[in-house]
Amino acid sequence: MMEAFNVGLALLILALAVWTVVARDTFAAVVGFVAYGLLLTLVWVQLHGIDVALTEAALGSGLTGALLIGAAARLRKTEGAARAERPGVSTRVAAALAAGCVTAALAVAVLALPDPAPTLAPETAANIAATGVGNPITAVLLAFRAMDTLLEAIVVLFAMIGVWSLAPDRAWGGRPGPLHRADPDGILAYLARVLPPIGLVVGLYIFWIGADLPGGKFQGATILAAMWLLVVMAGLADTPPIGSARLRIALVAGPVVFIAIGAAGVATAGAFLAYPDGLAKPLIKVIEWALLPSLALTLALILAGAPERPAK
Amino acid sequence: MTDAATLFGLCAAALVGIGLYAFIVNPQPLRKIVAFNVIGNGVFVLFGVIARRGGMLEWGGDPVPQALLITGLVVAFSATALAVALLLRLADETGAATLAADAPEGAKADAGAGDG
Repeated sequence: MMEAFNVGLALLILALAVWTVVARDTFAAVVGFVAYGLLLTLVWVQLHGIDVALTEAALGSGLTGALLIGAAARLRKTEGAARAERPGVSTRVAAALAAGCVTAALAVAVLALPDPAPTLAPETAANIAATGVGNPITAVLLAFRAMDTLLEAIVVLFAMIGVWSLAPDRAWGGRPGPLHRADPDGILAYLARVLPPIGLVVGLYIFWIGADLPGGKFQGATILAAMWLLVVMAGLADTPPIGSARLRIALVAGPVVFIAIGAAGVATAGAFLAYPDGLAKPLIKVIEWALLPSLALTLALILAGAPERPAK
Repeated sequence: MTDAATLFGLCAAALVGIGLYAFIVNPQPLRKIVAFNVIGNGVFVLFGVIARRGGMLEWGGDPVPQALLITGLVVAFSATALAVALLLRLADETGAATLAADAPEGAKADAGAGDG
């Protein structure tokens, strides 16, 4: 039964991936990509990566999908001209050959994976008690590989600065994205009033249980960001001007707290990002609480795009 | 158990191939961004298969690669968002979303006027 489900899932995913290639209309291809992302979430569940599945659903499929659909809608009028640049048969045959070779090489590698598989799970299990958290993924993200997570939070911030830097000069310091207007009695405005409280609870819950069960700050922050964007798209609130000092402080607060705690580790525990004995869990909590609002805000502003309107 | 990992491993290999083909063949930049994401998904699923195979009795997967996957997904989103922002700006400046070398000719005058 499970076998059949897995085979069906794999075939459906491959079919949707092919659809994103062959669909004539970019908008249709992007919608297919969102459905494909949701199905990938099921693959992560089947691979026993519930934390990854949550991230894929929220970020990989959700936010990325919203980003691509928005871009596809804006680029619709340029579609026809770009489509005319389709390469000739020889290029397509060469591309198919190259892609086929890469797939074949990867397939051989998959079939030749060593048995028993190399794993760091025993080391994680042996040391997780020292961190005080129950979810091994949170322990890896915030203790064993905290450096990755710190750099990741900074990468997200840099991506947002990169997006901002694409603003035309007249809009610098202004508000990201177009001014959204929706029918105040319409379904969008209605949902933008009803859903955010629920989304807030779900997002905070996923964040809160992340210490011991699947969940965490990235997934929680993504849901919070999505709720805020819903309110913005319904015209109930506007994006903040990027020149605002308060906004900028809120954006860097999380990474700054993370770096400060990491630097304090040099004095108290002998290494950058090391935690003193017994203080690991409270410090991890502080970092997570500091990162959550900064990440939610950063992700939402990345999606809102470059500033387009002067702040006034 | 191992069967599901192998099955999705092969699926991931195919995803990389499909994405690579689309990346080369589709002329529209937005389609290339989608294709790049399909390649990325394939790589991520491959890594997820490796995490799954490293699972112990207690955990269904090796938590170290799974944590790195979460980091990877967030970084992939950031890169995609930056690419999309670049593309939208290109389209705003030139009126055409194209990577063809001769296309953005008329754009230079517009850009100069726009930034004044």
